[in-house]
Amino acid sequence: MAARTVLHEADISRALTRIAHEIIESNRGPDGLILVGIPTRGRYLAERLREQISRISGTEVPVGTLDVTLYRDDLGRQPVRSPQPTQMPGDVVDGATVVLVDDVLFSGRTIRAALDALGDHGRPRAVRLAVLVDRGHRELPIRPDFVGKNLPSAQSERINVRVTEVDGVDEVSIEDRA
Amino acid sequence: MRHLLSTRSLDRDAAVRLLDIAEDMADTQTREVRKLPTLRGKTVVNLFFEDSTRTRMSFEAAAKRLSADVINFSAKGSSVSKGESLKDTAQTLQAIGADAVVIRHSASGAPQTLADSGWIQAGVLNAGDGTHEHPTQALLDAFTMRRRRHGAASRGRDLDGFRVTIVGDVLHSRVARSNVWLLSTLGAEVTLVGPPTLMPLGTAAWPATIGYDLDAAVDAGPDALMMLRIQAERMNDAYFPNAREYSRLWGLDDRRLSRLPGRSIVMHPGPMNRGLEISARAADDPRSSVLEQVANGVSVRMAALYLLLSGAGEDPTS
Repeated sequence: MAARTVLHEADISRALTRIAHEIIESNRGPDGLILVGIPTRGRYLAERLREQISRISGTEVPVGTLDVTLYRDDLGRQPVRSPQPTQMPGDVVDGATVVLVDDVLFSGRTIRAALDALGDHGRPRAVRLAVLVDRGHRELPIRPDFVGKNLPSAQSERINVRVTEVDGVDEVSIEDRA
Repeated sequence: MRHLLSTRSLDRDAAVRLLDIAEDMADTQTREVRKLPTLRGKTVVNLFFEDSTRTRMSFEAAAKRLSADVINFSAKGSSVSKGESLKDTAQTLQAIGADAVVIRHSASGAPQTLADSGWIQAGVLNAGDGTHEHPTQALLDAFTMRRRRHGAASRGRDLDGFRVTIVGDVLHSRVARSNVWLLSTLGAEVTLVGPPTLMPLGTAAWPATIGYDLDAAVDAGPDALMMLRIQAERMNDAYFPNAREYSRLWGLDDRRLSRLPGRSIVMHPGPMNRGLEISARAADDPRSSVLEQVANGVSVRMAALYLLLSGAGEDPTS
């Protein structure tokens, strides 16, 4: 059960700075952008991206939190999950470019649920996906637009993303559960 | 959560969790699209052996907002009037493929019987049984109190130190019973006030203070004053001389309303008998939460259905 740290605090910070630049570049500026984090840790990553984009471009981009629990397709396959609060910036989803932010991209099912959930808040012009770690093993035709680190992994391995706001430390580690 | 039969069996954490999920459900009701796909493919049966409009509509709205299919059953005009037993009705529901049964029955304990019998696999939700319990009503009352007290910061909070006075026909009221158990579990201080003839035996063992003087209770400045409905359909015996005397002694009239502090909430489970237990002015006062209670009822019932119908098997955390 040895956990191996693959990204340290400085690596995560550099990755987020690069993603912030890439988001601005692909959008040709910060206008019309909304960052939407997926709980639990995605919302803090979205908040940090907002800070970086603000530092780089001088524009404050709206940030939201979107809980996808009630849209999941696996609710009947595991113990009851408690939803977490959703806080979307009011009346800005329509016509905006929404960047979904999550910590780990794995099967793609969370993102599928997020796309459904987002649709209930309005009709964005485009939806992009930013993740800190892409670990592969997709089960749906979903791909990220912005990736902090590609981390090829075995199904049996577990990727732990820790952020200071929740866990007291910034790090990404890989753990073998087999 | 397998069934929701009473509030007496809910501990603090389970109750707070349900209220927190109800907050999330309430948030979804302010969106452009209010329907969630959460319970797609599940069937909820509203099994009502006793008349009800708001509770049945509220459960129906809650189930539909979560995309469940709803089958409404009312005893009038059904095989029950031909003499079908609860067991046969239940087995019919099992054969139809019900995933949850919302039951209202005039016999106390009917939901418990349905849950324990093994006649059906479905989760059972008590929507009011005799003079026993009405758990979702108490949960929506607690939800309303918590929102009025803590506003947007309600999540995770209980009702510690909240003072609630429940007035009227406690003897026949399942709403009062469910509230006594739930509110005391959540840390509130409950006072029951009413005519001695409408106080049940054994209230000494309840986690509540008993009083008989409404004026004293109003002057004590409760955080919430809950007026119970005088249930005309249960008034076979003379519990009080006449309606005017009841109204004078135990009704929330304009005089008592004016002495109630500005922060107090006036609650009523509905339907109201205006002019009897509550005056029209009190019912329409800004302190009244009657319509809030109805709106919150949908969110609370969505949370209850979610907890009953999602998840594989038994939930280890509840």
